[in-house]
Amino acid sequence: MSWWLDELKEGLAIAFGAIRANKMRSALTTLGIVIGIVSVTLMGTAIEGLNQAFNRSVAVIGADVLYVQKWPWGGGANWWEIRNRKDLLIQHARAIEDDATTVASVSPIMGTMRNVTYGGKLVEGVIVIGTDADFITTTNANVDLGRFLTAMEANGGRPVCVLGSEVAESLFPNEFPVGKVIKVGNHPYRVVGVLEKQGSFLGLESFDNRVYVPINRFFAEFMSRRGGIQIWVRAASLENVDETREEVRGILRKARKVEPGAQDDFAINQQEFLIETFNAIGGVIAAVGLFITGLALFVGGIGIMNIMFVSVTERTKEIGIRKAIGAPKRAILIQFLLESAVICLIGGLIGLVIAFPLSLIIDQILPTAMPVSIVVIALLISLFVGVVSGFLPAYRASRLDPVDALRYE
Amino acid sequence: MASPVIRLVDITKVYQMGAEEVHALRGVSLNINRNEYVAIMGPSGSGKSTLMNIIGCLDTPTSGLYELNDTNVSEMNDNQLARIRNKEIGFVFQTFNLLARSNVLHNVELPLIYGGVNSADRKKLAMEAIEQVGLGDRAHHKPNELSGGQRQRVAIARALVTKPSILLADEPTGNLDSKTGEEIMALFDILHRQGNTIILVTHEEDIAAHAHRRVRIKDGHIETDELVKDRKVITHPTLTSV
Repeated sequence: MSWWLDELKEGLAIAFGAIRANKMRSALTTLGIVIGIVSVTLMGTAIEGLNQAFNRSVAVIGADVLYVQKWPWGGGANWWEIRNRKDLLIQHARAIEDDATTVASVSPIMGTMRNVTYGGKLVEGVIVIGTDADFITTTNANVDLGRFLTAMEANGGRPVCVLGSEVAESLFPNEFPVGKVIKVGNHPYRVVGVLEKQGSFLGLESFDNRVYVPINRFFAEFMSRRGGIQIWVRAASLENVDETREEVRGILRKARKVEPGAQDDFAINQQEFLIETFNAIGGVIAAVGLFITGLALFVGGIGIMNIMFVSVTERTKEIGIRKAIGAPKRAILIQFLLESAVICLIGGLIGLVIAFPLSLIIDQILPTAMPVSIVVIALLISLFVGVVSGFLPAYRASRLDPVDALRYE
Repeated sequence: MASPVIRLVDITKVYQMGAEEVHALRGVSLNINRNEYVAIMGPSGSGKSTLMNIIGCLDTPTSGLYELNDTNVSEMNDNQLARIRNKEIGFVFQTFNLLARSNVLHNVELPLIYGGVNSADRKKLAMEAIEQVGLGDRAHHKPNELSGGQRQRVAIARALVTKPSILLADEPTGNLDSKTGEEIMALFDILHRQGNTIILVTHEEDIAAHAHRRVRIKDGHIETDELVKDRKVITHPTLTSV
């Protein structure tokens, strides 16, 4: 089985010889592949970054949490109808709490935006969330310092709060926050705890730039009108989350007196919807992105094919000589396939070397690393492009008639 | 008597040139025995190149039978012919046809690479052939560093390296001055004495005079096939020792 190894070695030697002999031409041809590989790998890295960012964000939302809201995620069909829906109220949350059997915990949620101050420090635009003591179990959040709101504090509307990690860091860079009194808007609140860092949604909205206060006090101090809340529901088990959704739906329809046969006048949102929406959008982005960058690679491949035809024509005589002394078609085919594959592989390697530092720039925007799979795929793609674009010229070379080829000058 | 190395029976070759059919060979029958030294002669257009291509397995006849070492090669496919060329035939061309980018050793090794000979044997056989043509000290030179006569000797070494059944030389002195040409012909004489079968295609009487037998082709037929009476034997001082 050594014959093919020798032929391979001979083919590689010829390939490198030919590339060396035509340095400028080879460099220009390779450039097409370099550009193609750079764009494909960068696009792949960006898509990977987007996916990772989404997965991190969506993990915070939780697969087993139902978000009962007026507005469905991803927009509803009838804006006006949704706009005029009755508000969700705390008693609806109580109804779920009282009646549901497949629910782990229920929290009413109300939010607004306020500036928060402590001493001379100011944090602007903090999301203030009014909720109850169950929030910590509903969202599966972890307490870093102190504790979360107690049921007594929440129901009694005590002036206490829990800080998100970002707010805590800004207000208390050198102090222990628990026990301090901060101002949320114009109202004093005593800090009882700080939550662990949760990250952000797609790098946009931080989950940590928040202050949690008892919902009763929230209504008294930040919102004149009682209503328009969200209700977050954690299902008792992840497997039965659909069952829980139907149960919650039934309870809410009854509590809100929705006529049988009429449509729900509320939306039950889930992580699943977000994932579905993202997958649809992300899939399109990935497909379009890879298609466009793939075009660059395709153009590079055409360049290779073109130059291989030139190479075959130039070396017609050489092909004739090789055939005359007994080179089979296969050997000639391999020789030229190797040449174009080597050109493309070199292009792929150069492309990766260029793409890697550029991927560090992407890392600044969408934290990710160039995945190893992309490196392997890029090299396989360049090999594939080389073989595909080299095939036609190589096939033509292998089919040359030795008599004609020898006569060629 | 042993069967001939080459047995051609009623070989014809027809080319399609546009609408016209060109009959390059019109029924050639020819036997060549082992260790014969045959000159094939004829003016251009006589069909001698076509005959050489068929004998050299570069081309196949339109009709007729060609047996090389008792193997029918007239109906072989391209890859089988490539294998026959590799094993049985050593070509020497007018224009040498060496690979310009490869050194002498690699040029001579090339048939062995395609013949699947392992690297160690290849080096050994190639060096033997190179020394046989008196270029042992030039093995690592490129063809453009050699004179015309030396290049032709490299080509002869390449032809010899597989120990083929026939050496097929097509105007081997056509690109050489007469003195160098004589040297090359002297080398062929020696190779013949060493037992090689040589077929020489030429239009020069002088060169053909080195052969033992002279076959003249005209208009696609064998015109005459005779033993050479006034045979020319030269012994070149530098080559007699080889």
